[in-house]
Amino acid sequence: MNEVRLRPPRNRVEQRAVRYWLANELSGCAAAVVIFGLCAWFIEPARFWILLSLGVIMVLALPYSIVVPFWRYRVHRWEVTEDAVYTRSGWLWQEWRIAPMSRIQTVDTQRGPLEQRFRLSTLTVTTASAAGPLKIAGLDHEVAEELAARLTEVAQANRGDAT
Amino acid sequence: MTAVEEMPWRQLHRRTVPVTALTVAGIAAGIAAPFVFGFVGGGKSALTVLSIAGGAVLLVTVLGALADLMRWRHTTYRITDERVEMRHQWVLHKVKSVPRERVRTVDLTANPLLRVFGLTVVKIGTGEQQDDGNQLTLDPVGREHGEELRRLLLARPAPSAGEATGEAAAGEHVLASIDWSWLRYAPISIVTPVLGAAAFGAVMQGSDWIGLQNRVISTVGDIGRALGVVPTVLVLTAIGVVIGVLGSLGLFVEMWWRYRLEREETTLRVHRGLLTTRSLSMERRRLRGVDVFEPFGARLAGAARVDVVATGLRKKSDQQQKADPTTLLPTAPSALAHRVAAEVLGVEASPQSTTTIHPHPVAARGRRIRWAIYLVLGFVGVLVLLGLLLTTVLLHIAWIAAVVLLPVAIALGVDAYRNLGHGLSNEYLITRYGAGSRHTVALVRTGVIGWTIRRSPFQRRVGLLTLSATTAANNGEYFVRDVAETEGLRFAEEAVPGLLTPFLQAAPPR
Repeated sequence: MNEVRLRPPRNRVEQRAVRYWLANELSGCAAAVVIFGLCAWFIEPARFWILLSLGVIMVLALPYSIVVPFWRYRVHRWEVTEDAVYTRSGWLWQEWRIAPMSRIQTVDTQRGPLEQRFRLSTLTVTTASAAGPLKIAGLDHEVAEELAARLTEVAQANRGDAT
Repeated sequence: MTAVEEMPWRQLHRRTVPVTALTVAGIAAGIAAPFVFGFVGGGKSALTVLSIAGGAVLLVTVLGALADLMRWRHTTYRITDERVEMRHQWVLHKVKSVPRERVRTVDLTANPLLRVFGLTVVKIGTGEQQDDGNQLTLDPVGREHGEELRRLLLARPAPSAGEATGEAAAGEHVLASIDWSWLRYAPISIVTPVLGAAAFGAVMQGSDWIGLQNRVISTVGDIGRALGVVPTVLVLTAIGVVIGVLGSLGLFVEMWWRYRLEREETTLRVHRGLLTTRSLSMERRRLRGVDVFEPFGARLAGAARVDVVATGLRKKSDQQQKADPTTLLPTAPSALAHRVAAEVLGVEASPQSTTTIHPHPVAARGRRIRWAIYLVLGFVGVLVLLGLLLTTVLLHIAWIAAVVLLPVAIALGVDAYRNLGHGLSNEYLITRYGAGSRHTVALVRTGVIGWTIRRSPFQRRVGLLTLSATTAANNGEYFVRDVAETEGLRFAEEAVPGLLTPFLQAAPPR
């Protein structure tokens, strides 16, 4: 038997998704600094311990916030063929998902406030499975709208309840 | 079908009010009892305490009955040719409506109180995963009317005139009914130790309510001193085991009394229960497979249980009821379990017994043994840390735990590896998994609505992947864990022809 592998989906997500992810992670770090800082400011007896835990968190979180967005960009890919939606996501732990067109139930796009600034959208494709929808993050919002429209058409054409 | 047969709006059964009153009174009395014991034990006048408690219980009961009366007066339902509708028009106006063609399950449940009043609760489910709005509960209707509804809603509108009677056309076929020799599997289930432990908890809690907890503890302490520690522990364990065994037998009898699994033309039906009777009916269209489950004890005794794999069953979060709604056959001899599995699916022999099941690469065994060791080390590590900080007794417990648990954990890890397996038949894909207890799931191949492939860094290093078949049934996915890369992908490709093929490529030569 010949060895086979999954091939990567054809399309990368937008390059500016890296900046969006960076901004997202770093704002999380900033929020932690503010909250811990305020606590340290007001709770004098515990100041040392609060700052120490903040230090520990930052030592772990900062490298994560800086490295992972680039890593994710290398992993995250998507593809929509005539017959299926195919995605890859994750970084250390990676996930490939395939949903046949005939089983798609609903399609929608979401844009958080930060995503809007980068003109990005997340596409969510649901099937009848309780295991959760397929998500493609970091799409240009026009691309996402177009895809959503196309997939919604397919979903409506599906007869029955796609179970 | 008769013309414009729109049923008028109907009310729920009027006897719901006394039932609710009695239920509320019972609960209120149950809550009040410990307080009464407490206060009387604390030296208050029994008469005063009782009259206050009685008054409170009465008040709550009246309020409960009134609320239920209002609910009853303003709730109506009807079944038209197209839809099942339920209306609630008091303070808030709510209308719930379900298309009849979407109805997939009709469950009748009657607790002892409802049975005394000749009532039953009807749950009408549509088999959709979205929460809410997918279930109508008629709480309660008369027993006969409930049966009628069940037949009416699950009988597909046949073109013939016999449809109105429902029963007439349906060829009933009993697949299994209770065999009391199965009772022998009840004590070797997880229920026994759980109930045994719970009994001690109940004694402590109960004695606390009536203010005797210290006395119970000191009595046990005295016995301990008189008999010696080891005999006392043995005696207490024996008592726990006896209670657990009796409890598990009792529970089995309660749950499976008059158990019957029937196949009707379009539905599967489980009927069971001694005190609370349950009748679960589901459309066979929704069936996506069966799970032959061998709990640890049963597996040693050569027995298995059959669970259904079907769309629109309750999700994990909603399974707090002790009676698992997905069980088709309680733990019974393996051969019977496989026969029932086959008949439920409508095939000659169960796919689990006829399909070649392929083992997984040895690397999967290493992973499981390592997990087992880490788990024990983690537990022991915590004990050691606490022991160093607090008391040396914990250090001794730690090394004893390590000596005892390590072999057990490793054995479970090896067993988990040996249980891993997957296979394909013409119609079904099989996945087998579990440590100690073992599941063998047969999932119909056309019921697979997608694939998920997951790989951790460790799996990538040793060339494994975890495949999951997503499905509309049960919890949404079935796993084939730690399968070799090529084999797993080929398996998925073959199971659902064409779906995965365009996304595969030849591996680069090493």
